[in-house]
Amino acid sequence: MNKVQNNKAWWLVLPVFLLVAFSAVIPMMTVVNYSVQDIFDQSSRYFVGADWYRQVLQDPRLHDSLLRQFIYSGCVLLIEIPLGIAIALTMPAKGRWSSLCLIVMAIPLLIPWNVVGTIWQIFGRADIGLLGYTLNAMGISYNYASNTVDAWVTVLVMDVWHWTSLVALLCYSGLRAIPDVYYQAARIDRASNWAVFRHIQLPKMKSVLLIAVMLRFMDSFMIYTEPFVLTGGGPGNATTFLSQTLTQMAVGQFDLGPAAAFSLVYFLIILLVSWLFYTAMTHNDKQG
Amino acid sequence: MAEIRLQHLAHSYSAHPAGPEDYAIREMDHIWEQGGAYALLGPSGCGKSTLLNIISGLLSPSHGQVLFDGKVVNELPPEQRNIAQVFQFPVVYDTMTVFDNLAFPLRNQGKSEEQVHARVQEVAEVLDLQRLLQRKARNLSADEKQKVSMGRGLVRDDVSAILFDEPLTVIDPHLKWKLRRKLKQIHEQFNITMVYVTHDQLEASTFADKIAVMYGGQIVQFGTPRELFERPAHTFVGYFIGSPGMNLVDVQPERGGVGFGGIHVPLSEALQARIAQGGWQRLQIGIRPEFIRVWDEGFEAALHSERVHLEDLGTYKILTLLLGGQTFKVRLPEDRTVPEGTVFISFPAQWLMVYADDRLLEVKP
Repeated sequence: MNKVQNNKAWWLVLPVFLLVAFSAVIPMMTVVNYSVQDIFDQSSRYFVGADWYRQVLQDPRLHDSLLRQFIYSGCVLLIEIPLGIAIALTMPAKGRWSSLCLIVMAIPLLIPWNVVGTIWQIFGRADIGLLGYTLNAMGISYNYASNTVDAWVTVLVMDVWHWTSLVALLCYSGLRAIPDVYYQAARIDRASNWAVFRHIQLPKMKSVLLIAVMLRFMDSFMIYTEPFVLTGGGPGNATTFLSQTLTQMAVGQFDLGPAAAFSLVYFLIILLVSWLFYTAMTHNDKQG
Repeated sequence: MAEIRLQHLAHSYSAHPAGPEDYAIREMDHIWEQGGAYALLGPSGCGKSTLLNIISGLLSPSHGQVLFDGKVVNELPPEQRNIAQVFQFPVVYDTMTVFDNLAFPLRNQGKSEEQVHARVQEVAEVLDLQRLLQRKARNLSADEKQKVSMGRGLVRDDVSAILFDEPLTVIDPHLKWKLRRKLKQIHEQFNITMVYVTHDQLEASTFADKIAVMYGGQIVQFGTPRELFERPAHTFVGYFIGSPGMNLVDVQPERGGVGFGGIHVPLSEALQARIAQGGWQRLQIGIRPEFIRVWDEGFEAALHSERVHLEDLGTYKILTLLLGGQTFKVRLPEDRTVPEGTVFISFPAQWLMVYADDRLLEVKP
């Protein structure tokens, strides 16, 4: 068979190539560039090899915020995924109420991040906030600005409030895609409710759950705006998560080299953990 | 194991049915006897699946009662009726192995692992699934999945009945025949009441001892395949069963019989008397294509029809005739030749049915 040589076809690929280059590859390479050099200005820059990486990986401030970040994302997943599934299971399947539920569930997703932060910042205040005032009036001492535990709980509750809907809506769509005949067969087989959940609903929701877990992991691992608006990372460094540490380093102190090195490490961590989740959740599919 | 009796049963999917057309099942009384192999035959949308779901309890009928061995089970959910049902599309529990799938109904009943093991092996052997027992169900082909699905229906040996809802739709044609034989064997072996829903007359007659033909939400005839063929009780049965279906022609009562388009068809005095009772909206005669006699030569009583065309289907021929402005189909053996032009035919009295308002006019001999 003779291959037709037509190199003009390459021109058709060019727009995509340019788009990807300008939107991803070049900015990324800029970061790489910064991470291996010490740059003062156009003319004075020095190659430093892996120095910035070494410095970043030994920085206790980063160790602390990385640990906080993992605990935070872990809590987010542990709360939001089961809660989202539970909400999806209890939502009505059809009729007027299901539409209403869907709209109510979608509302938190439509609110911008910094607005969510502001809402909770006011909501939780002890002097004028509904939540803060009520709790204190009930005799429960609550102040997210000074108490570490209160700050953590508030940031977590805020995230749950903001994002559980996403998990619930994804699960809901997964549940609606299960044909009735599965439930009928399960009733004929005398399956318990738990067995229906375990053997029908959960397996059929798996693909949407995978998406939910990945999205929630990545988003929570990169969280910035809401805690920044709510607590500003405090009290102390209690709610200073990775992206905020990074911002402080890059914008606050203008340490572009270490910040660039750190960005890449950050990126690799997200990539690695997402890959782990993906592999763990799909490895059963391949077994015969 | 049980006899299933339907009493004054009717079902409508609408909350306030206005007329008979709102009913998926029109009022019916019917008995499925213990140990029988039955088919429920009818076109799509005639209410077959609705009826099946009412028997299994997945649907609750809007009127009437379902009785198992004389006990009303209307209020019992499917899990308490002890019934097995196999659906049109294979339902398997994806994450389980084939073995666990088959064991699932037994384990839910709280059977001991030994019993489960023995029974699963037995059913797997019948359905030829032994090789696959340790495979995950999700990786099976469609017909393997359907076999697993059927296996879950067969695995409980104490069920009142097994209901099949067009179970072979997704199965390859060559396997269909094999599986139907399997079902028949299982029926003979375990003597469980089986009701098999299908729209395929061949499937119905190879599986069942007796066939219930459903049309418009009613069982219009319940009988052996032979009865359905020889004496269709309803014009629909005549038309639906047989290939080609029964010739049906609108007729007017005449002295000594009935007539259409200038053709006179003599009838027995008993039939004439029945017709004379009157009050019918519509009168039809029906005769199966197999039973029309074609003569080589004309005689006094022969009907003169006009040949339209002759189709050769390889194993038999179908002759299309025009008689009194009506089309008739005749099924002829492969070696039969028919002259062009006029064809002499007759309707043997024993095979000529008269239908009043779609129902067969019966006369006591």
